[in-house]
Amino acid sequence: MSIALTMLFNGLTYGVLLFVMAVGLSVTMGMMNFANLAHVSLAMLGGYLAITAMDHLGVSFLLSLPLAFLGTMAFSWVLERLVLRHFYGTDDLTQVLLTIGLLFMSVSTVAYIWGPSFKPITMPASLSGQVQVMGLSLERYRLFLLAVGIALALALVFGLERTRFGAMVRACVDNRRAASGCGLNIQRIFALTFAIGGGLAGLGGALAANLLTIDPNFPLRYLIYMLIVVSVGGMGSVAGTLLASVVIGIGDVVGKYYVPQAGGIMIYLVTVVIMLVRPQGLMGRAA
Amino acid sequence: MTAATVLQTVGLTKAFGGLSIFKGVDFSLHAGERHAIIGPNGAGKSTFVHLVSGLLKPTSGSVQLMGQDVTRATPQQRVRAGLGRTFQINTLFPSLSPLQAIALALCERDRLTAPSLRALARRVELLDEAAALLARFGLAADGEGPTGLLPYGKQRVLEMALALSLKPKVLLLDEPAAGLTTAQGHALFEQLTELAGDTSVLFIEHDMALVFGYAQRVTVLGGGALLAQGTPDEIRADPVVRKAYLGH
Amino acid sequence: MSSHRAYFANQARWSGWEMAFWLAWVVAFFIPQSNLALLSQILIWGLFAVSLDLLLGYRGLPSFGQAAFFGIGAYTAGYLSKFGWTEPITGLLVSGAVAGVVGLMAGRVVRGLHGVALLMVTLGLNSLLYDFVQRSTELTGGDDGLPGVSIAPVLGIFKFDMVGRTGYLYTLAACFLIFVLLRALVRSPFGLALLGARDNPRRMQMLGAPIDRDLTLVMGLSAAVAGMAGALLTQTTQFVAPEVLSFQRSADVLVILVIGGAGFLYGGFVGALAFIFLRDLFAALNPIYWYFWIGLMLVLTVTFFRRGLLPALAGLWARRRKPAVDRPAQEVAP
Repeated sequence: MSIALTMLFNGLTYGVLLFVMAVGLSVTMGMMNFANLAHVSLAMLGGYLAITAMDHLGVSFLLSLPLAFLGTMAFSWVLERLVLRHFYGTDDLTQVLLTIGLLFMSVSTVAYIWGPSFKPITMPASLSGQVQVMGLSLERYRLFLLAVGIALALALVFGLERTRFGAMVRACVDNRRAASGCGLNIQRIFALTFAIGGGLAGLGGALAANLLTIDPNFPLRYLIYMLIVVSVGGMGSVAGTLLASVVIGIGDVVGKYYVPQAGGIMIYLVTVVIMLVRPQGLMGRAA
Repeated sequence: MTAATVLQTVGLTKAFGGLSIFKGVDFSLHAGERHAIIGPNGAGKSTFVHLVSGLLKPTSGSVQLMGQDVTRATPQQRVRAGLGRTFQINTLFPSLSPLQAIALALCERDRLTAPSLRALARRVELLDEAAALLARFGLAADGEGPTGLLPYGKQRVLEMALALSLKPKVLLLDEPAAGLTTAQGHALFEQLTELAGDTSVLFIEHDMALVFGYAQRVTVLGGGALLAQGTPDEIRADPVVRKAYLGH
Repeated sequence: MSSHRAYFANQARWSGWEMAFWLAWVVAFFIPQSNLALLSQILIWGLFAVSLDLLLGYRGLPSFGQAAFFGIGAYTAGYLSKFGWTEPITGLLVSGAVAGVVGLMAGRVVRGLHGVALLMVTLGLNSLLYDFVQRSTELTGGDDGLPGVSIAPVLGIFKFDMVGRTGYLYTLAACFLIFVLLRALVRSPFGLALLGARDNPRRMQMLGAPIDRDLTLVMGLSAAVAGMAGALLTQTTQFVAPEVLSFQRSADVLVILVIGGAGFLYGGFVGALAFIFLRDLFAALNPIYWYFWIGLMLVLTVTFFRRGLLPALAGLWARRRKPAVDRPAQEVAP
């Protein structure tokens, strides 16, 4: 029983991690209908930035997190302004192929700069080891992850529901043309949203460094998870992404533990079924 | 002499959730007729055409085509039963040439599109028919370039030619002259008159000159209901219609 | 009046380029330095890409799961030989048939899906199959490969040798024959109906076209061709492992087709030539840098050569000659 609960907890925290990495992608896909598969490369970048800051600048882990966020955010801004915005009007497949190309390039570029092997990261003592919570032995780092994830989710929801910028973002997701007709500068809103989303991906990557392996092949391994979480959750929906991430996270961890022969089959099955029954995703807008 | 009814709707109703578009419309189209549907914006004219052509399912009521009940039939089944339609916005094949488009229509009409190894180029009579049809519509010189590059007016003509190539018994035209100049609109209707043959034509139009020039009977829709029906002169004189639509 | 007949006839006729293309492959066999094993690989990738071209170029359906059919064909060929059916030609046909049947079923599943949902479903189904095959090591041998695969000589005479001479001619003959059939198919009214459904399914509905039937059929055909490509791989290498079903392979063939040019049937081969040649070149250097160049090619293709290498090259060639309408190629936009 305690093993089951621990697995559930581990799956939950894994899901929260996926959420932080994927939420930016969901919002930008919902807002601009732009499929940016290179989003997962931004997560990798954040991981590398955090590790480099710790190794070469002597920065603490906690401080490396906002650095990863800001660094990836800046990079995302430049990427969007220079390259991606020229492709907003094109069809899905063109965008997919363009961003896959960028993803491939990122794999090699990162290997060139940081070397082909994975980067280890050492956690501060306060986040290492395990702690007893209600009779369960839970990893401290995962508790930290959960806390950060919940805080971020709340901040995002608050930001979207209560701030003026959030209202503008929601307007653009709902109906781009009408929003533009109301005088909103959608190019600017999108550039900023994309940058923040990219920054979040980077933050997610930095948070992931301790749980998943940060190496040049990271995007190839996790692209599928990003796509699954975003399409199952529904593009443009923060709540949907969170729900899908948690479901996928728990499904993956629990599935692999209890039915190892089934492997990753659970999440693919869930994806196929949901896409067939509800192509717009759990909380997406119907076409 | 009463002509046969080729198209009939009985109690046709359409509601989207709580929003009622159509309330029990009874309508008949007679054989060989040229019938116009007019009405203010939002009266449900395009919805009517979608319901009759099968792209929308009615909430209740029925549609009969050539005496058969097609209420449950797919659009393709209705086309096979003799229905043809055009769209308000050009619904063409941008990368195909007009020749290819008409040839495709004829192949579908004659049910030749099962997988085969026999080249389309070998079906000479069909290709001749396609070329002749284009020529009759004045598109012979434009037959080989991609449709997407044709000027709007010619695309509109092709839209109608495509529908007529199926030799439908009933033709639904949704604002065929939309976006055309007055002269182009009249030219289009002249071509229609000349080339429609036995086809019964039901068309939606906003241009009153075209309506009164080419329709034998007119139906007025308003607020999802049938307001009036009659000859163009009767409609022109009808006070209900004049108030609701013509404004005087 | 007969110019329209000439217009259609021109699209059906074999051009000098096409004949030169196939002749070149035959000539390559007689050149002593030819790396026949590599050339066979290119042909197989090319045929695989052609199978995707039917779906993407002609019917307009993108898929992230084409490797599923390739792998089904590959494993069928492997299992047939394992259980004693070692004759290659019938093995090839049966593998294609099995993959084709699965394709027909898939066609019914993906009806009505577009864009991202379609990509995700094809991706998901492909990944399911891959995962299952890779884990079922007792059944499939897992990553070590299916044990007991051996193929009898072609027509009872030509043994599959280490150098790959038999394999090359066998692959070339199979690819050519399959290609000829597909070429005829896309020049038929069925091919035109595919293009119509790609451009405007709604208009096709109002022409009375059975677009659902056509979609299922093209999916089945595409799967059968992919399956035969997979079977060719198994038969010429006498080996089959789960990699043939991987998402990597699905993505690779999509990249190959897009780079070469979708909608022309030859684009798959052009893309395979570029892709495999470059990959072979970079395998000698550090393999991880291979990703950079293929990524760059992809980015450049969608930016500048929207329709791929083949139409870009054809366009360059056409502009060198007189600009008049000489031979209207099939107008297709991916």
